[in-house]
Amino acid sequence: AETGGRAGVMAEEAIFDFIHMEAVSYAFQGGEKMSEDEAISKLEHMGFATGYRLVERLTRESGRYKDELDIMKYICKDLWVTVYKKQIDNLRTNHQGVYVLHDNRFRFLSRMAAGKQYLQYAPRYLAFTCGLVRGCLANLGVTCVVTAEVTQLPACKFQIQVQRG
Amino acid sequence: TMAVCVAVIGKENSPLYVWVGSGREELHLHYLAHTGLDVIQEKVAAVNKTPGDTRELYLGLLYASEEYKVFGYTTNTRIKFVIITDAANTTLRDNEIRMMFRRLHNMYTNVVCNPFYIPGEQITSREFDQGVGALVAGN
Repeated sequence: AETGGRAGVMAEEAIFDFIHMEAVSYAFQGGEKMSEDEAISKLEHMGFATGYRLVERLTRESGRYKDELDIMKYICKDLWVTVYKKQIDNLRTNHQGVYVLHDNRFRFLSRMAAGKQYLQYAPRYLAFTCGLVRGCLANLGVTCVVTAEVTQLPACKFQIQVQRG
Repeated sequence: TMAVCVAVIGKENSPLYVWVGSGREELHLHYLAHTGLDVIQEKVAAVNKTPGDTRELYLGLLYASEEYKVFGYTTNTRIKFVIITDAANTTLRDNEIRMMFRRLHNMYTNVVCNPFYIPGEQITSREFDQGVGALVAGN
């Protein structure tokens, strides 16, 4: 339960939630004329541009990253806390360029009923974040593909596939 | 002035912004800034190998000639900054150079956050020009 003392912080967090919700609605406004893929792609692109710029600002203070894993840890901890107010709950990797990030209570899915009721709509609320992660990594020199998967709200996992060569 | 040349070099080593003090040999300074990139590359690669090394963004003096001193700085986003000063300028302390780079970094970040700026393009922002002007004038 949130107390009145945190009201200022709460208001600030809510604004981002609302803007994101509206961005999703806006992207899907095309109706019959636009496919789901196009709308998702729009959101992903928005996320990419945001992530790219955001990371320029955020990594100003941190020292230089040692390697790819260092960068992924940064995404899971610092970036996730800055944007989603929590850390990634679990990071797995095969040490060959594939990373899976588990978020047990993803911020943008936490306002909907838990479970499978809204499963078909979940991808819309993950697209921006996939782009955000891809944009951050791109600016840090890591080219990759980011996809997301949900089986049960509000948990989800993001998969990062680094493109080498 | 504090510096005779200030350069911002992009990820693929293309120059995004180069300022040269008036009356200075522009081509020569461009060349020196570019040569600095090799040293930056060496220093960055070296840090990854030696454990416990400070992973600072400021890389210090890259090299010095009779006429000039070349300093370097790299960001986590693979952008390089080079500042060249007169070798004769002994009043300029390391700390001051560090501060100049930090200011330059802040200015660059602002450029990237401009929605109309496409990363990788030349920087044409007037605000950036003014910022560099203030930087080299010691303001």
